[in-house]
Amino acid sequence: MPFAGWEMPVQYAGIRQEHLAVRTGAGVFDVSHMGEIQTSGPDAEAFLQRLLSNDVERLVDGGAQYSVLCQEDGGVLDDLFTYRIGDRFLTVTNASNHGRDLAWFSERAAGFRVDVEDVADRYAMLAVQGPGAREIVARLTDGELPARMRTVELAVAGVGCLVCGTGYTGEDGVELLTAPEGAGAVWDALLAEGATPAGLGARDTLRLEVCFHLYGNDLSVERNPLEAGLGWCCKLETDFIGSEVLRGAEPRQALVPLAFTGPGIPRQGNTVRSEAGPGVVTSGTMSPCLDTGIGMAYVPLGAASPGTPIEVDVRGKQRSAEVRKKPLYPQS
Amino acid sequence: MAESYPEHLRYHPDHDWASVEGEEAVFGITWYAQDALGEVVFFDPPKVGAEVSAGSAYAEVESVKAVSDVFAPLSGEITAVNEALVDSPEKINEDPYGEGWLVKVKLSDPEELEPLLDVAAYRDLLKSS
Repeated sequence: MPFAGWEMPVQYAGIRQEHLAVRTGAGVFDVSHMGEIQTSGPDAEAFLQRLLSNDVERLVDGGAQYSVLCQEDGGVLDDLFTYRIGDRFLTVTNASNHGRDLAWFSERAAGFRVDVEDVADRYAMLAVQGPGAREIVARLTDGELPARMRTVELAVAGVGCLVCGTGYTGEDGVELLTAPEGAGAVWDALLAEGATPAGLGARDTLRLEVCFHLYGNDLSVERNPLEAGLGWCCKLETDFIGSEVLRGAEPRQALVPLAFTGPGIPRQGNTVRSEAGPGVVTSGTMSPCLDTGIGMAYVPLGAASPGTPIEVDVRGKQRSAEVRKKPLYPQS
Repeated sequence: MAESYPEHLRYHPDHDWASVEGEEAVFGITWYAQDALGEVVFFDPPKVGAEVSAGSAYAEVESVKAVSDVFAPLSGEITAVNEALVDSPEKINEDPYGEGWLVKVKLSDPEELEPLLDVAAYRDLLKSS
């Protein structure tokens, strides 16, 4: 399946099987399509503090931080992980946004003593995820794996990697950033140690069960991070681009998780009906762990509380659903 | 299961099969259709008693990523739906001509059988597509 110029496997053995392998053992995803921007120079921290919504001053050496990139009007350009490695920062972009992000960074670098570099070609990226993921990676390295939201440079299967305690599945695990030349050897070694190859299909069902946002579905320039439920990573006092608008923003909708209470599968673009007014589904799938249709939708604030009954129009059929708490899986 | 197209079935070009015995028929989707869809996770059946007409959609099957209409190879009235698929839609992948059957139909127009493909013609269609 072509995706943003990449040939990507949607699945290897089957989405459900790969999904369950990540929930119960370990899966490995080739996510080399993700882009990377390197920012360095004396003003790198101040520059990123201006662009990224989170408080970059609190990002320690060897740390990872999630943030959004906003336009002046608060619309979301991308959601990003940034790693601080010594005196440089590495920001991981969504493939389909990489070019726009890079232009956004470059155009705003004037006045800052920074070097903004497109390093997407320098990195392949493998995500090893699942309760057994760390054990598998640990067998391939002599060093100590990073804690969650930390990053360490290590040789994995003899290949130099930036090992990051991050992921997109809700499971423990690591992500490996490495030079493309060595990535094949790391992939093979991970499979030999028992990791299950997993594709984009399972990546989507896994992230949706734990309600992680997907740019282009749940986030867009038409939505601000407050209505998307990402206010926690928007530190308005840091004066990032967009913060001024967000300070006065009064969201009228909220992004909420939902689960069907009967048959059907919600899909992106389906209309939501609630007593408080209409909404729209931004992501939807059949949950392999819950065996029910699940999704995320923007709904009026009056319909955003967990337990609120709603209806979703799926190709003309009214399906019963309710608003749930995050995450959808595991259920609390 | 491995790719297969049983000899005794008649095929509709939209990758549906019919097993006809007198005025009764069983409908399903072909190996090719289930393979193209991927893992089926939801079957939305029609109601028993509903009229279906040849070439029109009468049900939906959904995989994780795609929704597909199912087309009736022949016209008639639904007399039974495969209720087991509500809980185990994966049977459509595992056994598309057996446990993965979709509906039973009382046919209204036996002459519609004529334009349906036999297995050789259906295989030719798959080769050319």
